Amino acid sequence: MANILGSGIIKGMAVTLTNLFRPSPTTQYPEQRLTVSRRIRGTQLVWSMERCTGCATCARTCPQGVIRIVTHQGAKNMYEVDTFEVDSGYCIHCALCVEACPYDAIFMGYNYERAKYRRNELVMPKSDMAIEHEQASGYYHPDIARTLPEQTLLVNWEKNK
Amino acid sequence: MTLRTEPFVINMGPVHPSTHGVFRMRVTLDGEVVVNLEPVFGYLHRGIEKLAEERTYTGFVPLTDRLDYVSSMSNNFGYCLAVEKLAGIEVPERAEYIRVIMTELQRIAAHLVSIGSFFNDCGAYFTPFLYMFRERERVIDLFEMTCGQRLLYNYMRPGGVSQDLPDEFMPALNKLIPQLKKYFEEYENLLQNNEILAARARGVGILPKELAINIGASGPTLRGSGIRWDIRRADPYSIYNRFEFDIPVGEQGDCYDRYRVRMEEMKQSLRIVEQAAKQVPAGPVRSKVPHLIRPPVGEAYSHIEAPTGDLGFYLVSDGGIAPYRCHIRAPSLMNLTALRDMIVGWKVQDAILTFGSFAITMGEVDR
Repeated sequence: MANILGSGIIKGMAVTLTNLFRPSPTTQYPEQRLTVSRRIRGTQLVWSMERCTGCATCARTCPQGVIRIVTHQGAKNMYEVDTFEVDSGYCIHCALCVEACPYDAIFMGYNYERAKYRRNELVMPKSDMAIEHEQASGYYHPDIARTLPEQTLLVNWEKNK
Repeated sequence: MTLRTEPFVINMGPVHPSTHGVFRMRVTLDGEVVVNLEPVFGYLHRGIEKLAEERTYTGFVPLTDRLDYVSSMSNNFGYCLAVEKLAGIEVPERAEYIRVIMTELQRIAAHLVSIGSFFNDCGAYFTPFLYMFRERERVIDLFEMTCGQRLLYNYMRPGGVSQDLPDEFMPALNKLIPQLKKYFEEYENLLQNNEILAARARGVGILPKELAINIGASGPTLRGSGIRWDIRRADPYSIYNRFEFDIPVGEQGDCYDRYRVRMEEMKQSLRIVEQAAKQVPAGPVRSKVPHLIRPPVGEAYSHIEAPTGDLGFYLVSDGGIAPYRCHIRAPSLMNLTALRDMIVGWKVQDAILTFGSFAITMGEVDR
């Protein structure tokens, strides 16, 4: 269409003006928190000692090879897990271990604030990953997902404010 | 009297705000005019193709995310198609639809970044970029809901997708489609007819048709030069032949045309998502695939239309649990080969603009 010089810029300015009166989509993070996805693959793995049989399927599936599992043969011909360690500094949080576990013993964690000061603190021993203390995320576990709060979505943002 | 000038070499990059990653251009300047340009890359080389050889077929999927990290879903899709072709795995109908919805949403999200950073290179610093990111956020929210992460999705698997869509996905998608339509309209008003943008980007960085074909360019870079070539139409994969969409093309192959092609392509992607969202059938999302896939001895090549272009995966199997060889045809790298011919003779500012209009991702160029 034939334009008067400058009409395109004025049109653009009108868009900018309408945005001036819209509420801001950004939030101030540490004070204001949005709810993360129910299936969040955060910065953590959660492990259930009771369910784990020590089969090490997770360790073999891990593309990075960060899961270290040491077992010994205990009573009743069952494996007993001595060490279960994940070096979360090398973990890429692909959650393939969660999918591979045949006994549903490993989960992704719901927590996402796990920064550490030292590299060796990133190696998580089994006491740090116990499902009794840490909230598991609903990734690959729809039953857990149902219990978690609903994710904040930006598509609903215009209606709310 | 004419002033005698001497050529002057400038290293643009590897860390430069306009190089979209760690890319270095050794530019020889005569005054402000570029007389020679030597691209230097490899700073982000991680040897992903080699890493594939020591990972299982499923275990390589998270690494494909890291190729073109603004369009992880497309990379997953391309790789999974190659593995399925190699091992002869069937994909359930519902998974096909989910894949198409995800890839097209990903195309919108990736083009939003491309266009936003293109405007950054034009000099409209970060205002349009943040407009684009607001809409990208809506799309990313849906991805986060489905697969738990916002950048490296790792969602598709050989034989389907990792898990079904959550219940709240379809309502959110139905809300998203009209919103995106409204915002695309807004972007058009914001910049389509902007005289400054036209003066800046029209006629700059022209990629002639013949050169585009000869270097093997693909994606918006090729279509911007006026060639109607889209893998979704030219070599249909998955279920793309069931949907109605147009292939937008540019006229003369300048930076403005490439921007227009991306803009129109997002609208077409939204059309596909709209059609697919209506037709999604119920059923399983993942076929029965053994934990360790052992494809028969042989080779397979499969390519898809990724946001940057024709992304191909070539896999050779020796019958084991890991690929014998994996080669990735990276569209960004192919498109980048035209850089020298397009920039020589133009000014430094145009070099940045032309480079930005390719929308390359260094993760894919260096692999």
